Amino acid sequence: MSDLADLYQEVILDHNRRPRNFHTLAGASHSAEGYNPLCGDRLTLYLKVADGVVADVSFEGAGCAISKASASLMTDAIKGRTVSEVQALFDRFHRMVTTPPGQPVEDMGKLSALAGVREFPVRVKCASLAWHTLKAAMANEHQTSTE
Amino acid sequence: MIAGTRTGLNVERIRADFPILARTVHGKPLVYLDNAATTQKPRAVLEAIASYFTEINANVHRGVHELSARATDAYEAGRERVRRYFNAASTHEIVFTRNATEGINLVAYSFVKPLLKAGDEVLISAMEHHSNIVPWQLVCEAAGARLRVAPIDDTGTLLLDEFERLLGPRTRIAAVTHMSNALGTIPPVHEIVAIARRKQVPVLIDASQAAYHMRVDVQALGCDFLVATGHKLYGPTGIGVLYGRESRLEAMPPFLGGGDMIGSVTFEKSTWNVLPYKFEAGTPHIAGAIGLHAALDYIDAIGLDAIAAHERELTVYASDVLGAIPGLRIVGTSPDKSSIVSFVIDGVHPHDIGTIVDREGIAIRTGHHCAQPVMERFGVPATARASIAMYNTREEIDALGRALEKVREVFA
Repeated sequence: MSDLADLYQEVILDHNRRPRNFHTLAGASHSAEGYNPLCGDRLTLYLKVADGVVADVSFEGAGCAISKASASLMTDAIKGRTVSEVQALFDRFHRMVTTPPGQPVEDMGKLSALAGVREFPVRVKCASLAWHTLKAAMANEHQTSTE
Repeated sequence: MIAGTRTGLNVERIRADFPILARTVHGKPLVYLDNAATTQKPRAVLEAIASYFTEINANVHRGVHELSARATDAYEAGRERVRRYFNAASTHEIVFTRNATEGINLVAYSFVKPLLKAGDEVLISAMEHHSNIVPWQLVCEAAGARLRVAPIDDTGTLLLDEFERLLGPRTRIAAVTHMSNALGTIPPVHEIVAIARRKQVPVLIDASQAAYHMRVDVQALGCDFLVATGHKLYGPTGIGVLYGRESRLEAMPPFLGGGDMIGSVTFEKSTWNVLPYKFEAGTPHIAGAIGLHAALDYIDAIGLDAIAAHERELTVYASDVLGAIPGLRIVGTSPDKSSIVSFVIDGVHPHDIGTIVDREGIAIRTGHHCAQPVMERFGVPATARASIAMYNTREEIDALGRALEKVREVFA
């Protein structure tokens, strides 16, 4: 049960129950849809980027606790950051969730709650969906998929 | 009382025939409840496949040497075994495919596509697997034809009147499942075929789910085509079956071209082999046919009627156990259903259910079950699905019930 407790940490359960920035965004400059065909997770991400800064961000959609909490935590983490900071954060997050279990990972603050997915290889895609959608949105691609 | 003997099936002895059922997963005894995706294989199937490779491996229908003759005999004995299982009139009517999907595609491209004109229709039901939707969409789109869908009610039961109403003068084929993989519903296939025949519409029955749960008799059904897949019949993957009425198959052009399916070949023109070889291009899955033969022997030795009774009893039990869990809703409650309990839990995504019960050693399917329109019909993005086979027990259902209580604890 201990690895389950690592996966479903309180912060994840909380963000699943009460997702932050969970709405559409009027005047968004970028958006993208993310879809994980394996489990049907689907989310739309909205960004308002001005002067190279993510001024606002939001998402909506339906998905498992991991994908929803990950999206919620991500929106909190990137709001107010520059585009290049967001890109760096993407790389760090990606490294964290793809580092084999048992090996040390850097502390990413609240985002570290998602390091527990490493014990659950099929769930890594759930945690990554929001981030891949973010990348697509910033590139102004319309749709992304973790398959 | 020994587990699962209420309906006269010696489940303990059956379980001993399936080596994988003795293993543990995450330190817990495996509880395999994902049978609708694929069933486990009895030792007899594994041994039949191994003995083909260790004793008679050779290509079929080719050599004059001993091994080729023996391999051909074994492959064709597999076909005869399949004929007997589905009570087809002749082995000419049994085509080996890779799976049920390929069988449906074969019928879509070789039978329906040449008939299909703009404005024509293909009729399916609202509970079909993607494999019985997409091939028809492809041929319809190419011809400007229309895919019609007979609706289901809130229990997941087919509305037979609607089905009959939608069978029109432009319907070129009706393709319906014998058992829904997402809901467990068993549509009234005998009535469906009778109605279609009255209107002179050919019928394809997708027996992928039904064939390992109940007797399926193509002559009693009177259908034109029927497909099934070996890996759900306790046999290997990569081998499927298409039954086609001989007169239909005779009139159809080949699906795939290549070796084995020809009579003679010149660069100007080739002629086609006789049935069923016209539809079996290239080296077939010989080991698959041999493994399927052993699987069907195994099923018949246990007895489909006893299997069906056991599974129905266990389905009712599972519905009671799961239905008693607060916040759990069963999706698919048709009066005529078996072997599948699809469900959702308030506030918990099926994917999370699947992960938590997996840690208890329990394998269930979570997702859309390759039946996205069914999910849409019931307004859920996905469900969790426990699906039952002959070797499952009440104790395993109880274990699932306990694991689902853990799910509720995590998400309390």
